Amino acid sequence: MREVAAEFANPVMLYSVGKDSAVMLHLAMKAFYPSKPPFPLMHVNTTWKFQEMIRFRDETVKRLGLDFIEYINQDGVARGINPFDSGSSLHTQVMKTEALKQALDKYGFDAAFGGARRDEEKSRAKERIFSFRDAHHGWDPKNQRPELWRVYNTRINKGESIRVFPLSNWTELDIWQYILAENIPIVPLYFAAKRPVVERGGTLIMRDDERMTLLPGEKVEEKLVRFRTLGCYPLTGAIESGADTLEAIVTEMFTARTSERQGRLIDSDEKASMEKKKKEGYF
Amino acid sequence: MNAPPKAALAAADNQKSDLKDFLAAQERKSLLRFLTCGSVDDGKSTLIGRLLYDTKLLFEDTLASLEKDSRKFGTDGDNIDFALLVDGLEAEREQGITIDVAYRFFATDKRKFIVADTPGHEQYTRNMATGASNSDLAVILIDARKGVLTQTRRHAYIASLLGIRHIVLAVNKIDLMEYSQDVFDRIVADFHLFAAKLNFASQMAIPIAARFGVNVIDKSERTPWHKGPALLSHLETVDVDTALADTPFRLPVQWVNRPDLDFRGFAGTIVGGRVRPGDTVVVAKSGKTSKTSKVARIVTMDGDRAEAVAGDAVTLTLADEVDISRGDVLAAPDNRPAVSGQFAAHLLWMADEELLPGRQYLLKLGTATVPAAVSELKHKVDVNTLDHLAGKTLALNEVGYANFSLAQPLAFDPYKDNRDTGGFILIDRFTNATVGAGMIDFSLMRATNVHWQALDVNKQTRAAMKGQRPVVLWFTGLSGSGKSTIANLVEKQLTAEGKHTYLLDGDNVRHGLNRDLGFTDADRVENIRRVGETARLFLDAGLIVLTAFISPFRSERRMARELLGEGEFLEVFVDTPIEVCMQRDPKGLYQKAKAGTIKNFTGIDSPYEAPEHAELTVSTVETSPEVHAQAIMAYLRERGYLG
Ligand SMILES: Nc1nc2c(ncn2[C@@H]2O[C@H](COP(=O)(O)OP(=O)(O)O)[C@@H](O)[C@H]2O)c(=O)[nH]1
Repeated sequence: MREVAAEFANPVMLYSVGKDSAVMLHLAMKAFYPSKPPFPLMHVNTTWKFQEMIRFRDETVKRLGLDFIEYINQDGVARGINPFDSGSSLHTQVMKTEALKQALDKYGFDAAFGGARRDEEKSRAKERIFSFRDAHHGWDPKNQRPELWRVYNTRINKGESIRVFPLSNWTELDIWQYILAENIPIVPLYFAAKRPVVERGGTLIMRDDERMTLLPGEKVEEKLVRFRTLGCYPLTGAIESGADTLEAIVTEMFTARTSERQGRLIDSDEKASMEKKKKEGYF
Repeated sequence: MNAPPKAALAAADNQKSDLKDFLAAQERKSLLRFLTCGSVDDGKSTLIGRLLYDTKLLFEDTLASLEKDSRKFGTDGDNIDFALLVDGLEAEREQGITIDVAYRFFATDKRKFIVADTPGHEQYTRNMATGASNSDLAVILIDARKGVLTQTRRHAYIASLLGIRHIVLAVNKIDLMEYSQDVFDRIVADFHLFAAKLNFASQMAIPIAARFGVNVIDKSERTPWHKGPALLSHLETVDVDTALADTPFRLPVQWVNRPDLDFRGFAGTIVGGRVRPGDTVVVAKSGKTSKTSKVARIVTMDGDRAEAVAGDAVTLTLADEVDISRGDVLAAPDNRPAVSGQFAAHLLWMADEELLPGRQYLLKLGTATVPAAVSELKHKVDVNTLDHLAGKTLALNEVGYANFSLAQPLAFDPYKDNRDTGGFILIDRFTNATVGAGMIDFSLMRATNVHWQALDVNKQTRAAMKGQRPVVLWFTGLSGSGKSTIANLVEKQLTAEGKHTYLLDGDNVRHGLNRDLGFTDADRVENIRRVGETARLFLDAGLIVLTAFISPFRSERRMARELLGEGEFLEVFVDTPIEVCMQRDPKGLYQKAKAGTIKNFTGIDSPYEAPEHAELTVSTVETSPEVHAQAIMAYLRERGYLG
């Protein structure tokens, strides 16, 4: 991270409010202490995030006294894009992928931190820690810069940018252990609580607001659930769990039998979908 | 047998003490980073898939999609094809080959592992070097049917070049050779013959059948003659401890932390040794005599620390005010790094465009980046036989041994002593691509304090006597574009005004100073380097220097520019289209080039890279040379060069 702060003119940290972002932010606070991280946080808001995420985000920014940017693709809002009617892939494309590109262009950021990990998904296993993007934010997996030792080639031309993944070599278990060890605050949604959920397509969706209309035969039930990953609430599956402390979550991790992204509906949309999204500029 | 952590914990109740024990055990586990290498289809991916599968690191949904994929793409009938687990990217999946480095994670009760899966094709040697640079051990796969191949030797050599000290020789598909001990022994003997020169600290040979899990996790009854361990138990126990914490202290400064005027911290990752408050450290710094100071504090968000060791990212404060910036190295005073502008190193070339000795690249070592060039390529290494070959350049995936010359001295160690202060990358100044990886052997300057001789009479004195501001007018353009004609006219006018000048002309210089050079890319680079240096000497003598060389490459023009100070280099681009030049053809050269009697002719079969930011651009198609000469004189006058 300090490498980026030292070598780039205008870096930004993409803050998604989830647990990986929480760890990444915590690492930044430590890396630059006693200074504040010398870059802003940016949240690309799809307008469909859990309300609790937004509350937590605003509190965090205030507590740490950081520069903060929220970006919403207003054009997408105007077009009425939403995960229910537009489908998850169009929604993600417009409100997340395009929104991110617009935001990076608008502010002219030349380096962006992201919380992705190599253990999450197959195509991410091949990401570099410093990942080069052309002027159109495209990623070319066949033409990546080799990364030797801890020496990173940070040179770019005007308009090009670099995505940096400081958590590349962390596993999900590492993340939880670190949160536990360092007592890092995370969104309460990760802890089990009674929440109003609807079963749809084999997944438990929390009905976070009135925008989610019920289909015939569906009913809202109060269930003891928690989330392993957080995104747009209509696209994020809850798991039934009673784990309401960090210790309980970590313990549950050992017995976990379902890899974490399954809760996210975007992956099953299309095979190798993540790879496609990445070539288009999704994180 | 290694019970996977999950099973152990499933048995345990969710009691906190168990959790604590488990976490403590996790903390204690050491980490082994290793890479796998082999030729295409030797079974690397199958082996890694096996390790992940058998250590129960796969989740159910991953398994379900693996089974589905096996049916769709698999090469293994209805059985699970483990290779599909690790071959990630779409294109390669369809081709059935691995194309890039992929990192995988797994753990057993004893250790955590990060595997770098690197591809077997020849053209991807650079990826293997990348994986090797961060690994402590290499698993080299050999297909039992094929034995030791050219690629096997290459992989072993690159592993040793990048400082890997421990090797596992996994002889795979032994099932297809009837689990024959003879086959195995012969392959191992072959390998040892070659690897003896590579000085590995440990070599373990294991017969395996990745597809069936033979000798991967457990020892198999199929190979009763195999006296050694199974692969996983060897990986769990092999001692690769490099004991970085016991090497001399090194902290390359990454960032200076200055929240306010009272705090000045030096942040970076310790890459060697350990440090405590009160320790004396020396600042190894480019160009200055080294200063020492004492460490005052090791600052963290959770309070000051009493000690930090190699691998820790820290912020230090010092007792004295010392001028330190990014790129400097804090080091142990009794065991200092070399500080020098010249060293000898092994170089692995990683770009399609070949290495040009003399050309400037950016060299990044630790946190410092400086312009640097290969001053002499001593030899190339045949990676199959380890023989030394003569050579003028390095092509993609070739390895050489070369002397380097840096624009500024840097602090460094030999690579064998410290990978982080001895390994560097080379970056192309125009494409920004990483084109080479280097491992420093030793410093070429014995005295670490060679200074420029300061002379009493200097450039300013000489220039003042002549009543002018010395400058280099660097004319560049195609053959026949009009460089010499215009330069000649400008020089005549300058002398007419009583100015002191010198004109370096391409053809004339090639008769003397550069008589030994031809027209290959490498020779063209050297040609311009010498001209640049000569121009600098004349400039130092206080002269207005004009140079008329095709100088087709941007890099070399930039190098010449950087030899000089701000405002001392004016690039004049004589922008005449090639058609016009060919029509003029004053020396009949284009004719010959087209007929093929002259090789490497700029514009015909050798490229011309037009300047992007020339101070002056002139087009000679419609205007006469006199007009341009006038314009250049006016330019010089306006900017005060003529006194
Ligand atoms: N008979 C046999 N076949 C194997 C063994 N290991 C791998 N294979 C097969 O060899 C082929 C190539 O394996 P793969 O892992 O894709 O090779 P890679 O290119 O090195 O990653 C596949 O069809 C595997 O099923 C083995 O131990 N015995």
